[in-house]
Parts: sequence; structure tokens; C-alpha cells
Amino acid sequence: MTAARMRTGLRPGRILLVAFLALAAGYFLLPVYWLAVAATKSNESLYGSFGLWFDNPRLWHNLSQVFTYNDHIYPRWALNSLLYAGAGAVLATLLSAAAGFALAKYRFRGREAVFKCVLAGVLLPSTALALPLYLMFNKIGLTNTYWGVLIPSMVSPFGVYLCRIYAEAAVPDNLLEAARVDGASEERIFGTVVLRLMTPALVTVFLFQFVHIWNNYFLPLVMLSDDRKYPITLGLVTWERAADRTAELTQYTVGGAFVSVIPLAVAMLVLQRYWRTGLTEGSVKE
Amino acid sequence: MTPSSTRRKPAARRRSARPDRKAWTFLGPFLAVYLFAMILPICYAIYQSLLKVERSGPLGLGEPKVTFAGLENYTLALEQTAFLEGFGRVLLFGAVQVPVMLLLALVLALLLDQVKDRWAGLLRATYFLPYGIPGVIATLLWGFLYVPGISPINDLLAELGFQPDFLGYDSVLWSIANIVVWEFTGYNMLIIVAQLKSIPQELYEAARIDGAGPWQVALRIKLPLVRPALILTCVFSIIGTMQLFAEPLVLKKLAPAVTNDYTPNLSAYFDAFANANVYLAAAKSVLLAVAAMVLSFGFLSLVGRSRKEDR
Repeated sequence: MTAARMRTGLRPGRILLVAFLALAAGYFLLPVYWLAVAATKSNESLYGSFGLWFDNPRLWHNLSQVFTYNDHIYPRWALNSLLYAGAGAVLATLLSAAAGFALAKYRFRGREAVFKCVLAGVLLPSTALALPLYLMFNKIGLTNTYWGVLIPSMVSPFGVYLCRIYAEAAVPDNLLEAARVDGASEERIFGTVVLRLMTPALVTVFLFQFVHIWNNYFLPLVMLSDDRKYPITLGLVTWERAADRTAELTQYTVGGAFVSVIPLAVAMLVLQRYWRTGLTEGSVKE
Repeated sequence: MTPSSTRRKPAARRRSARPDRKAWTFLGPFLAVYLFAMILPICYAIYQSLLKVERSGPLGLGEPKVTFAGLENYTLALEQTAFLEGFGRVLLFGAVQVPVMLLLALVLALLLDQVKDRWAGLLRATYFLPYGIPGVIATLLWGFLYVPGISPINDLLAELGFQPDFLGYDSVLWSIANIVVWEFTGYNMLIIVAQLKSIPQELYEAARIDGAGPWQVALRIKLPLVRPALILTCVFSIIGTMQLFAEPLVLKKLAPAVTNDYTPNLSAYFDAFANANVYLAAAKSVLLAVAAMVLSFGFLSLVGRSRKEDR
């Protein structure tokens, strides 16, 4: 074993492999590392010092300014982002679970038609939908409201697709039949038994939808005009735009980006397992 | 609700035990939101794309009136050179960026398969990390790394005697491509990894016993088996490329080369919000969605045909 490892360890192919993987890691980490360093700098040393090393670090000072600037608007943006992504993803997950369960476990006319319709929705990108949504929501007065962003966020065709596949495999028919014989209503069976059996798929749908809403820019951009309803993404771009007139906003943009990246980065690392489950179950199976 | 009288007959109970009509109760909420926030807006956009504002009176100063325009908005859009150039630009962008990204994702996925589990997990997470960072924030970050004065990359290259211009007229498109590669390589890699993990290990064992080296296993066995994952990632990448929006919009401030018509989506956005012509914007949105559909279905049928020929 050790002999084999030593032999493989010395092979030039092995060295090349490790070097390439390390190089790739460097590429993907570089902007994040730069951000972590830059968040500790003053606006002057952001321009005046070498970007990849520290210069008079003062992270807390910077962050407190980010949080308090313009009447604490940054924490508000953060809460908005959490509301849009959190509430949107929870609702999308529940709607997908119910729809996926129905498509998997009942036989009814129009089932395949509904499913095809859902699949078409998977292929339709959200950016293509943002302008049409704006045009319609503008007509009925839903623009510049929380609902304008939340309602479209509740739809996840991919989630329905994933839940259908998962429910087919994970919810046994005889269990449902037994519950029916015991006199449980369909709603009750769904609420108690089915949701529990589908939990792994639900976590995955929630995660994907959360990141999808969190990352979405076009939809809130067209929907919202009041900056107190903005999510972080929209707010930070506003700051960056205004940095021409107010120089310290460059540093606030950097600090704000740093704060917003940390929780997502941690979530990516900790919840890796669920991402992969989702991709195995959902995308690759035919 | 449940017909209790049929309970006595086992055969009848079996059929009526599953109240199939209940399906609509479960489907209802999703379908309602789906119709309201997806189907209806599309129909409304198509309807809007067929309208126009007509001004009457001398010098067109009279009361503006919305009238039916037929396909006028579509011909107008297709006659705009800048809009068509935007289409050409995203096609060129996609033709380079999508293969580069997918090749990188594939290579990383295959190489990670050769590494011990503990390291593979850590590296996988590292490569996947950018997917969790919103596109606009990724663009802000890379923007700082492109701008002379702040960028350490420019500083380092200047030491070596290079004067790179990441935001110039010819280079900015590829600087955007780099941002998109950075954001989505890890995501696509994970889809390929997921497919690789679903391949039974005995297959590798058998190949190894037959004397195949790691490279041969990768090329002859793994590559054909991850084909569905590659097709899937390719379709999603094509769709994503056609919709290119946030990255150029954010870089616009730093790079004068990024015009209002830089990509079709930008063009539609500025028509609606800067030029106040929602009807033309609607037509452009519809054209864009149709183009993305045609491209992805075209690609799928192309793949389907070549697969049949293989057999």
C-alpha cells in the first residue's frame, strides 16, 4: 500500500494532476480572497496598496460604516434578500411538493399534459420572463411591492419535476393505501406521511430556489423602484454606481459584498451533500 | 367524499381507494401561480408586442393612441443593426464560452475522480463556491480585478512588462466570458460528478482487470457515460448565454464598449426603461425567448440524430 502510494506519488502525471487541481482552486478562490483582503482596507489603500495583501486592517470599522450608512439601509437590504429568498423558497418548495406528489401518485386525465407544461417551464429562463412579468404586473399595480418579487419566486418548475421523480421512488403506494383504509384524508396523508418521506428532495428544492432568488437581479431590478424594498444585489450596484460622486461608497460596496458572500459561502460548503443529491435525482435521470 | 359503500367489495375498493380527483387539489396552488406568473405574462407580452403608440395631429403632437401594429415591432427590431449585432455577439460569446466552460468542468470532474475522497470533497466545494455568489456581485468583484489602479492582476502583469486592458473594446467580451466561466464551471462540474457517481464501480474494476489505465478508463468509459450530463449542461448553458444581462449591465460603468444594445436582453431592457417603448421591448423579449428555444431544441435534436447514427 505504502509502496504503491509512493510510486504513484512520484509519477509526473500525479504531480501534474495535483498542480492543475490546485491552480483551479486558486482561480476560483482569487476573487473571494481579494474581497476578504479588500474589506479590511480604507478607501485610500484600496487604490494605494497591493490588492492581494493587507494594509492597516480595520475590518470592524469598515463594517460598522457599511451597516449604518444612509440610515441603516444595508441591514434592511439584507433582511429583504432573506425575505424574498427565504419565504419565496419555502412557498415554492411546498407548492412543488404538492404538485410533484399529485403527478406521481394519482392517475387522472391531463396528467401528462400538465407535466409537459411544467417541463417547458424548466427550459424557460427567468431572465426571459422578467420583462413580460413587469409589463403585466405594471398593468395590475403589483410593481414596486414585495409581492411583485415574491409571487414569481414561488414558481419552481424544476422543483415540481424533482419532487415528482422523488415521490415516485420514495412514497410507496401500499403505505398510502393503508393510510386511506385507516380513514385518513388525502390532505392529512400528505401533511404527515408524504412530506416526511420526501424531506431530502424538499431540502434540495429549497436550496436551489433559495440561491436562485438570492442571485436573481433582473426581476427585482425591473419590479422595484423604492430602494428600501431592494435586495442586497440591487442595493450594492446602486452604491457602486454612486461611487463616482461619493468616493467612500467604493469601500462600502466592497464591505457589503463581503458580508453578503460569507453566509452563502458557508452554506455552499456545509450543504454540499444536498446539492449533489438534487443533481443526481433531478437532472441526470431520464 | 370517500364512497364508504364500496368498501365491502375488495375489488371495487381497490379502484376507488385512490381518489384520483384529489390530484387537482394538490396541483391547484402550483398551477394557479404557474399560470399567473409564467403563462399569463408570456401571453400578455405577445399581445403587447403587437401594439404601438400612434400620435396624430400636426408634428405628431396630438393625443397618443395605442393601436394594433401587426408585426411592425418585429420588423422594426429586426431592422435595428445594433440589436442584430447584439445577437451575433452573444452567439460568438456562447460559441467560445460554453465549450471552454464545459471542457473545464469535465476535466475537473474527471480529475477529482482520481483524488482521495477527503481532498476531492474539499476541492469540489471550492470549485462550486462561486455558484452561491450572485452574478452581479461576482461582476462587481471581477470589475475591481479588471480596473487599473485597484486590480492586483494589472499590478502584477505590469511588473512583468504587460499592459493589459481587460475593459477595452475588443477584450471586454472575453472579460465577461471569464466571469461567467468563474460562476458556473463548478455547478456544471457537480452535475457531471453526480453522473459519474451513479456509474457502478464494477465497471471500473472490470476495465482495470482488462488492463485499462486511468486515462483509458476516463476516455473510453467515463466520457461516454457522462454524455447525458454534458448534453443537459450544454442546453442550460446555451439558454443562459442568450439571456446574458446582469454581467454586461454592471460592467457598463467601467467599460465604454458595453453599449445599450450590447446583448439582446440589454436592448429590450433599455427599450422598456430608457426609451419608454414597451411594445418594442416586448417584441424583443419574445424574439429572444424564441431564439433560445430554437437553439436548445435544435441542439437536442442534433444530439438525438447523432446518437441514432451511432447505433
